[in-house]
Amino acid sequence: MNWWSRPASDTQITHGGRLWLYTLAAIIMLLLVIPTLIVVPMSFSDSQYLEFPPSNWSLRWYEEYLGTAKWIRATATSVQVGLLTMLVATPLGVMAAYALFVSRHRATKAIFLLLITPMIVPVILIAIGTFYAYGRVGMNNTITGLVLAHSALALPIAIIVVTAGLRSYDLSQEQVARSLGANRIKAFFLITLPQIRFSVITAALLSFLTSFDEVIIAIFVSGGANATLTKHMFAALRDYIDPTIAAISTIMVILSSVLLLLTQFLGSKRGGNR
Amino acid sequence: MDRFPPELDFAVTDSQKETSALPITIRNLTKRYGPVFALNSVDLDVRSGEFLTLLGPSGSGKTTLLMAIAGFNRPDSGSIQFGGEEVILAPPHKREVGMVFQSYALFPHMSVADNIGFPLKLRGIGGTERISRIEEALETVQLSGFGERNIDQLSGGQRQRVALARAFVFGPRVLLMDEPLSALDKKLRERMQIELKHLHRKLGVTTVYVTHDQREALTMSDRIAVINDGELVQLDTPKRVYNRPANAFVADFIGESTMLPLTRNATGALTFRDQLVGEAGEGRDWTLVVRPERLFLADAAAETDERTIVLKGVLREAVFQGESEMVLVALDGDTELAVRIGTGGTANPAGGNIGGEVYIGIDRSDVIIIPGGRAQ
Repeated sequence: MNWWSRPASDTQITHGGRLWLYTLAAIIMLLLVIPTLIVVPMSFSDSQYLEFPPSNWSLRWYEEYLGTAKWIRATATSVQVGLLTMLVATPLGVMAAYALFVSRHRATKAIFLLLITPMIVPVILIAIGTFYAYGRVGMNNTITGLVLAHSALALPIAIIVVTAGLRSYDLSQEQVARSLGANRIKAFFLITLPQIRFSVITAALLSFLTSFDEVIIAIFVSGGANATLTKHMFAALRDYIDPTIAAISTIMVILSSVLLLLTQFLGSKRGGNR
Repeated sequence: MDRFPPELDFAVTDSQKETSALPITIRNLTKRYGPVFALNSVDLDVRSGEFLTLLGPSGSGKTTLLMAIAGFNRPDSGSIQFGGEEVILAPPHKREVGMVFQSYALFPHMSVADNIGFPLKLRGIGGTERISRIEEALETVQLSGFGERNIDQLSGGQRQRVALARAFVFGPRVLLMDEPLSALDKKLRERMQIELKHLHRKLGVTTVYVTHDQREALTMSDRIAVINDGELVQLDTPKRVYNRPANAFVADFIGESTMLPLTRNATGALTFRDQLVGEAGEGRDWTLVVRPERLFLADAAAETDERTIVLKGVLREAVFQGESEMVLVALDGDTELAVRIGTGGTANPAGGNIGGEVYIGIDRSDVIIIPGGRAQ
């Protein structure tokens, strides 16, 4: 039997019969990826303008990025805010997920919904609201303000990821640990945390990415010396078209992809352990 | 599968035997979930060093009681004392109880030795002492040399033993087990029942065991506490619980039984179909409980025997079940009696006689009379 007439899975449908589905899936995947990948060749262009395909190749826009203090400072800000967001959102997310998982209180569903609202509400509304609120207390253009706002966005993701990790964990292990002499804190850190560590690491990486890739809130509440990379990129795109953007985008795509692949890798490793 | 060493005896060393056996005194323990009483004013004395089983159907409150002893739920009122010390407000980690869960709840990120060493580590016992106590515990559960294994390399029976070793290695004041054998297949379960009993005898630690399996309770326990609807129904030795059930629930839940309503004759004695069955106190309804294996097929001549009650019926069905034969006899239209007879030697009087008339006998010493009308 050739590939064409072999069954596609545990069904009677052959690969040939599934061809339309494969084609559709391929088209969708391409549509998702091409807009991201198109900046990669553009970043290696010699041209003053964004050009596709580039007529001449060069690394000048990477030099431009690395050689400009403004870009480097903005990158440092973005990394700093990303790491701080990670440090705020991950522990809070773990605590919230654990509490919601363990509690048998009636209000847990409502509290869960409340905690994930930043994921549901349009980010532009959060940005506007945050901007006015920060205006009152003087937190616009501060690292603290940006970290808190980004943490609100990252928290729902952290909660969802850690909750998923807890679902495959047998809570009676913690009870055993307590009967054997561990208080709740020790039982959590010695028994529960080591077993959900991959979910926690994934939550941390995604929290970092949520902040690092975020632009809307950054446009509103970051500025001056504390403007993020994404905010500068957005401003640059609006004010002058310059392939430096493409170079930075390429670097960001690579960084994000590596982090996401890392989370996938950790996820499959966890699957293999069970 | 488990490999079983030929000898059943556990090797127990001196340090493990020092385990102090404390009595558990439970008074007036009540726990409500909304309008439902999970525990309704339970009084229970677990004697020091005894193996006591909490037996009841699911939802009876037996697990709630065990968890209250362990400290995982807080009763609304009442008292729990370990050897005179009130523990009802103590958190689980301060109660010094060894606990074995149905799921074993071994720590998969630790080796067998680290699992068993966990309670020792928490108590600051380190170095060579920890190692030697882990070794002793492994030896006790016949898993010497398994210390470096990972949990996922163990069979179900081996996991069970590791969970057990972890629960007693630190010399707990009491040992609690929540249906620890229910995940094992039948053969292994029966083997482990015997092993657990041996282990308990060697360790001498006060043990409370929860199960819904009446056979398991009969096999393992010094005493059985039968629990239903949050109340302690009967607390007795396995033999007495089986032979002298306190009421219809116990008679029905433990072992096979047929309940026959009794009537009073002119002199006030209890009778069944004009046969004198026994005497009983005033008032109420009384019920005769008959166990299938205590009944036997008799003949008309037995009716003259003072020691035997003989009933006449029609043979409905005879089912061969290997170790015994189950014979169903209709006394009249609606009452059917199950009789279990041996299959060895010449014992096979039932076969082929379906539809024929038979006599069933029961020795008067096997008569069980319980208060109340017909159950269920």
